[in-house]
Amino acid sequence: MTGTLSSQGHSFLTPGGVEIVFVLVGLAVLGAALLTVTTRQLVHAALWLVVALGGLAIEYLLLTAEFIAWVQVLIYLGSVVVLVLFGLMLTKAPIGASPDADSGNRWVALGVAVVAAATLVTLVVDAFRCTWIDLTAGGGSTRADGTMLFRYWVLPFEALSVLLLAALVGAVVISRRHREER
Amino acid sequence: MHLVYPAVLAVLLFCVGLYGVLARRNAVLVLMSVELMLNAVNLNLVAFDVWLRDTLHAGQALTLFTITIAAAEIGLGLAIVLMVFRTHGTADVDRLRMLSDSAEAAEGDDPDSDHSMASATDNPAKTASADVPQGKATVG
Repeated sequence: MTGTLSSQGHSFLTPGGVEIVFVLVGLAVLGAALLTVTTRQLVHAALWLVVALGGLAIEYLLLTAEFIAWVQVLIYLGSVVVLVLFGLMLTKAPIGASPDADSGNRWVALGVAVVAAATLVTLVVDAFRCTWIDLTAGGGSTRADGTMLFRYWVLPFEALSVLLLAALVGAVVISRRHREER
Repeated sequence: MHLVYPAVLAVLLFCVGLYGVLARRNAVLVLMSVELMLNAVNLNLVAFDVWLRDTLHAGQALTLFTITIAAAEIGLGLAIVLMVFRTHGTADVDRLRMLSDSAEAAEGDDPDSDHSMASATDNPAKTASADVPQGKATVG
């Protein structure tokens, strides 16, 4: 596509400022994600998840998807992490370090993850070695996204709002029925 | 920007989430790992949308839809985890083997059977040699 045509004149050895920032934030995101899945303190895992998701919002900003970035901040940092913290609190998660946070098949999981990562990284690097993104501002602005969403994607958008409503009502019903049984 | 950077970051994030889903014991932590995997997919969608310059912006629209579905998923998932916690007194996915085939798990509907469930978890070979046919108990 356009990326392959304009691949002349780019080089791995002269990364631009955007790429350097992207890689640095990406390293922070990866580190926070690793800490999320390995830390033994359950509440710290949720807080490292905040760092990972916030870093991903910065990555969206670097990819000129501004509206997605702010939606990420609102939905993930604002509500999902709070929900997760509530879930940890309501399931009486221990505050300190819990030694049994990882199950017994930890090494099998590590093997599966490493094999999957090696395979996919090899595949992706081989497939997209010579493709470049032309970053121009405004591609993902709120105006562009709103036009796109309400001109071409109205029906899925409304269907998803109904799905979200149904899911939340279902969550309320699931939480309530048991209390009545008691 | 090189397309490899966001693609590789998404792959690594997905595999970190995969490890978390497989290795974590607490159900809430498993849900957090699922969120990491969904975010990796979102990053891929945004990067490929910016690369392909789709006139319909399908990648960004799908990212918004994925975020919505993730919010619905985490709400329902936490409700189910809470219900399981109230019923069985634990959120450990390793100890929830109500649906497995072993005899201890089949009669373990009441919360006071935690001990037998724990012993079934700790030593599956021993329970397999008790009164359950071989192979059925070790499957679960």
